Amino acid sequence: MPEKRGSAFYALAAFFALFVLFLYGPTLTILVLSFQGPEGGLTFPLQGLSLHWYRVLWEGVGVVDIWAAFRRSLRLSLVVMVLTTVIALAAGYAYRRRFRGQDLLFHLTIASLIVPSIVVSLGIALQFRLIDDGVKALGEALEIGWVAENFATTMGLFTSGLGAHLTWTLPFGLLIMFAVFNRFPGELEEAGRDLGGSPRQVFLHVVLPIIAPSLIGVALFGFTLSWDEIARSSQALGDLNTLPLELQGLTTTVTTPEIYALGTLTTGVSALVIGLAFASFALWRRYRARRA
Amino acid sequence: MSSSPPEAAASTGRAALLQAAPLALVLAGFFVLPLLATAVVSFWDYTEYSLVPAVTLRNYREMFEGCLTFGPDWPCTTVRTYLSTLKFCLLVWGFTLVIGFTVAYFLAFHLRSDTTRTALFLLCTAPFLTSNVIRMISWIPLLGREGAVNRSLIALKITDQPLDWLLFSDFSVVLAFVHLYTLFVTVPVFNSLMRIDRRLIEAARDAGASGWQILWHVIIPLARPGIVIGSIFVIVLVMGDFVTIGVMGGQQIASVGKVIQVQMSYLQFPAAAAQAVVLLALVLLIIVALTRAVDIRREL
Repeated sequence: MPEKRGSAFYALAAFFALFVLFLYGPTLTILVLSFQGPEGGLTFPLQGLSLHWYRVLWEGVGVVDIWAAFRRSLRLSLVVMVLTTVIALAAGYAYRRRFRGQDLLFHLTIASLIVPSIVVSLGIALQFRLIDDGVKALGEALEIGWVAENFATTMGLFTSGLGAHLTWTLPFGLLIMFAVFNRFPGELEEAGRDLGGSPRQVFLHVVLPIIAPSLIGVALFGFTLSWDEIARSSQALGDLNTLPLELQGLTTTVTTPEIYALGTLTTGVSALVIGLAFASFALWRRYRARRA
Repeated sequence: MSSSPPEAAASTGRAALLQAAPLALVLAGFFVLPLLATAVVSFWDYTEYSLVPAVTLRNYREMFEGCLTFGPDWPCTTVRTYLSTLKFCLLVWGFTLVIGFTVAYFLAFHLRSDTTRTALFLLCTAPFLTSNVIRMISWIPLLGREGAVNRSLIALKITDQPLDWLLFSDFSVVLAFVHLYTLFVTVPVFNSLMRIDRRLIEAARDAGASGWQILWHVIIPLARPGIVIGSIFVIVLVMGDFVTIGVMGGQQIASVGKVIQVQMSYLQFPAAAAQAVVLLALVLLIIVALTRAVDIRREL
């Protein structure tokens, strides 16, 4: 807007720079401190540089099997990522036309985003507890031996846990799809239809190629939001915890830079996924440009 | 064409319904039913190891025990917890609003190139995709008794004792919240600011308005939807929090979310459910008060 950079610009730019420092500074601090020497502690100064704490981490943190949690989280996040992308895409596309209950569904989605996570988590835990009680009662009534002997709970990573994560990732997915379709050139769809394309063909050959890069964004949100989720998982996972929950537990017990190594590693996975998303985005654009 | 227009409309309506169905099913199964279960169970009784499906007001009565008699014990635990949580809400809301707006304003109005704008916007939002807990523990090496801040303060002779209130305190809780949630204000406000017709600002300037007048009378009113959406996010996130207050408060500070979590760990499910119902009711009241009809869909 301003023709000449005024003092307001420099004041705001300085404020912005401080804000970025505030955002990234602390994380960079633990990145540096994770390479602390074996004698070093949780704070500066650095007592030499080493990979010592990564080695300790590799061998496992005390009683917690951190690598099992790591693998669990990775599996769950990948499933959440795929489901979020597919479900949000389908629902977002549905909103290009009118359907019964569209306002209700939209308000439910927004509600799912803004109802406090602890309430959602508690609700899912209660629901599955009631289902468990139902299964046990049914097993007793019908005298099914398997239920009495083997049945423990229906709660788990890919039942209640997956559902809890989807209530968090899907609203973001749908909102991104809205933003995408609001800017979508509708004439192209019409042209496709006028040329005799079936709804399926129009979707596959017109719509999908145009919105593909945005789907990378939805997938990115799906993965990272699930990878770091704590509040909604907290009550809804059953016995086995995800990585962030284990990490949260470790904050009170671990007093060595090992926790920084774990933190750096976890952030590294997020950074890697963000990087992959941007790389695929760039590749996609190059591919389109070459074809055009 | 094979089908007449009404038939075609009906069939695309059906197709749309099918496409929306997975989302509807997930929300029905993992959001609506759980909330209903919570509401129902909040009226149930319980023993040490099981739920007793008999309608009772016990959970609500116990929750508000002593809250209505203004004796020497007032405020009761529940009211105290809510007041403490609301205090964090107000503080965090204030800080995130001012910082988030300033950042969004800089991005929207003071950058000439769209590429720079996009790059800086992504720079501000990328931390959202990393772990909250890790961003919290990142403050430990800075704020601890032996931390960088205390060392610097002592080295500069500003204090001779390390400051205790930097970490595991109200201060560190608010700091971490602001650190985590400012972008929930920045993003929707930025979105609103980018939609403002720049000619309005030209017009205001031509009419002789000063920079502050333009900000106060033109930009902020037009940014209202973004401000409201951001405020809802921040307030709701803080109201229901137990992770940040737990980690940054050294597990010593009470919050509504923490009460629910503790009751869950003692298997007092109906009591936790009653807490959740009251929390949800309060949050909804706040949201209704804040919105008065901002159509979120038009803001995207």
